Amino acid sequence: MTDLTQTNLTQKQVRERIAARLASRHRKEKIFRGFGIASIAFGVLAVLVLFTDIISKGSSAFVQSQIQLQVNYDPAELGIDKVDQESLAWANFDGVIRNALRERFPDVTGRSEKRELYSLVSSGAGFDLRERLQNNPELLGQSETVWVNADDDVDTYVKSLSKSKDGFLGRTSEQKAVWINALRDSGELKKRFNKTFFTNGDSREPEQAGIRAALVGSLFTLLVTLVLSFPIGVAAAIYLEEFAPKNRWTDLIEVNINNLAAVPSIVFGLLGLAIFINFFELPRSAPLVGGLVLTLMTLPTIIISSRASLKSVPPSIREAAMGMGASRMQVVLHHVLPLAMPGMLTGAIIGMAQALGETAPLLMIGMVAFIVDVPHGITDPSTVLPVQIFLWADSPERAFVERTSAAIMVLLAVLITMNTCAVWLRKKLERRW
Amino acid sequence: MNNRSASKKVLASALAALSIAASNAALAARDHISIVGSSTVYPFTTVVAERFSRATQFKTPVVESTGTGGGMKLFCQGVGENTADITGASRRIKQSELEMCNGNGVDVVEVQIGYDGIVLANAKSDQRFELSRKDIFLALAKDVPNPDGSETLVANPYKTWKDVNPALPAHKIEVLGPPPTSGTRDAFAELAMEGGCQQFPWVAAKEKSDKNAYKAICHNIREDGAYVEAGENDNLIVNKLAANPNALGIFGFSFLDQNADKVQGSLIEGREPTFDSIADQSYPVSRPLFIYVKKAHVDVVPGIKQFLAEFTNERAWGEDGYLADKGMIPLHDSKRQQVATDVRKLNALTNLAVK
Repeated sequence: MTDLTQTNLTQKQVRERIAARLASRHRKEKIFRGFGIASIAFGVLAVLVLFTDIISKGSSAFVQSQIQLQVNYDPAELGIDKVDQESLAWANFDGVIRNALRERFPDVTGRSEKRELYSLVSSGAGFDLRERLQNNPELLGQSETVWVNADDDVDTYVKSLSKSKDGFLGRTSEQKAVWINALRDSGELKKRFNKTFFTNGDSREPEQAGIRAALVGSLFTLLVTLVLSFPIGVAAAIYLEEFAPKNRWTDLIEVNINNLAAVPSIVFGLLGLAIFINFFELPRSAPLVGGLVLTLMTLPTIIISSRASLKSVPPSIREAAMGMGASRMQVVLHHVLPLAMPGMLTGAIIGMAQALGETAPLLMIGMVAFIVDVPHGITDPSTVLPVQIFLWADSPERAFVERTSAAIMVLLAVLITMNTCAVWLRKKLERRW
Repeated sequence: MNNRSASKKVLASALAALSIAASNAALAARDHISIVGSSTVYPFTTVVAERFSRATQFKTPVVESTGTGGGMKLFCQGVGENTADITGASRRIKQSELEMCNGNGVDVVEVQIGYDGIVLANAKSDQRFELSRKDIFLALAKDVPNPDGSETLVANPYKTWKDVNPALPAHKIEVLGPPPTSGTRDAFAELAMEGGCQQFPWVAAKEKSDKNAYKAICHNIREDGAYVEAGENDNLIVNKLAANPNALGIFGFSFLDQNADKVQGSLIEGREPTFDSIADQSYPVSRPLFIYVKKAHVDVVPGIKQFLAEFTNERAWGEDGYLADKGMIPLHDSKRQQVATDVRKLNALTNLAVK
């Protein structure tokens, strides 16, 4: 006020000036908020576009066209007289399916026409029947009605019918389309829930391809990563933050950890190839090696976030514990660590989520591969979800397009589950002071 | 206190289990076949791998797609459990690679499995191109023979297809294709581009006099934006073509086969890329596909012999086999028989000149 009186302004002028500036300040604030809202809206829009695109493309992969057949487990046709492992391996289940198809369409003659007819059904259907007979040996010599998977070309055609009237014939011949439509009209061809997608490993036949092997592989890899990186990372952070003297060496280590966090992940893959596979001779394509490589990659993230959360524990807590006569180790283990735990867990989950989506380092250690068998341990060959997505996106078969999107949905579901766990854990462990 | 010691025990035993599992795995012999190599052969080896494991008691082979050159490197590293048993190649093994293999004590058995066609395709909404290899060379080479007829080279001056050949549409030249690391690109340069540049007699004469200059003229693709490197993903190229009717794309025949509703293959030298025209070699841009087997592993890793038997079975690589269904073009009957008998003998490849 003294300032203003010195420049001889009346009170009215002062008020006017303030009012004029106030308007511009309000405008600026509005623009600032506008930018904030716009950037959030952009983010939400991007997520919406991504999700609608993936869901609209991928949701159809959760159903699969199946054909109803009246099959007869005729011992003569199968070429077996009893149900046991050995004879089942040689039994001619394709013949049984072919008979069933011929019975359904009796007027099909000629070799090439018959071949067309047989290709309505997935080449894996015989194996499904084999499994069924193995589990129910009493069916030998009996007839029953079963639903078998249709071939992927048929499936693509049937699904395209819901989008346009004529559908996309593609590799499906006109003759085949006639049969397909006849089956559809009589209710013998239906889109049913695609169980195979969740029970099978990869396959080159889209209708037999599933996500199971990649999902289990991802879980094994993440398990190895978590078991190794969390204790090591937390121990390193505690030592550096609570015990280590501050000198040139610890500075050097700190700089290096920060640098490691920014190293491109493919470099860790090369390191893994050189050390774990070539030197220690661990098996290629195994979740064990994948987990070790991803551990190296996530360690810096976990160490940095753990140190940050240790730092945020107020010194008064340490001092109070010391004052009560606790040793330094007791201070850390009984007081500081429990308080810092929520922050450490968040860091670990971020690191894990990053590891879950990683493909580049796995390329070098052979996990970018075609794996059919579901892995049973951390040394069995396996692949991971993002690799499966990549491989399917690269396949020529049309039916893999929808499966690619479906696999992305599964990956996102895993990610969301992990993040939810992190939020829940943090809420549960959080303490206020 | 109790809780903490319990959790410590869990952690310690988990670590112990991990290290035991690791050491066991290192000692145990590998019980699955390991296959590396070309991304063009990958779709075919994987199908055979899957069928093979379903039909027999062996574990499913693990197939990695590393590219032809990368596969050779892994394959030729030496003999032992941590090296691949089989590698796929979308071209024949090079002399230098064979020497590297033999130098590391690896004897290789060559198996030609079939053919693959490379197509130049555009969106179905536009007219079909009718190209000659000369058109392709003139449109895509970095330097082309001077249009005034003298025996000199000029930087590629052509902007539209009409400039190259008046019979072609007046579209801007825009071709999406694989990067230099790809086997498809190598084969395209060798079969399509080189086939075109040989039609200039003075360039063709260079093949004998100055091989490097000849290769540079025939294989170098222009870098002024007319050729767009679209990555190794052929599906991506197909989708880009559907969105851009003026562009042409280069990819393998099986992708054309699967996307016949979106794209059409251009005629080359008047031949449409079809299953039959590639099989009888009348379509000019086709290449042989191979797999190479490590002889020393055959009786060590279980199932290699049976895997080869499955691969060279008529139901797999025959005219009506499942590989043909996946887009591989089979060999002729007599050639198939010959290769199948050779495979059973497992004769190691020593000299490339012997075909």
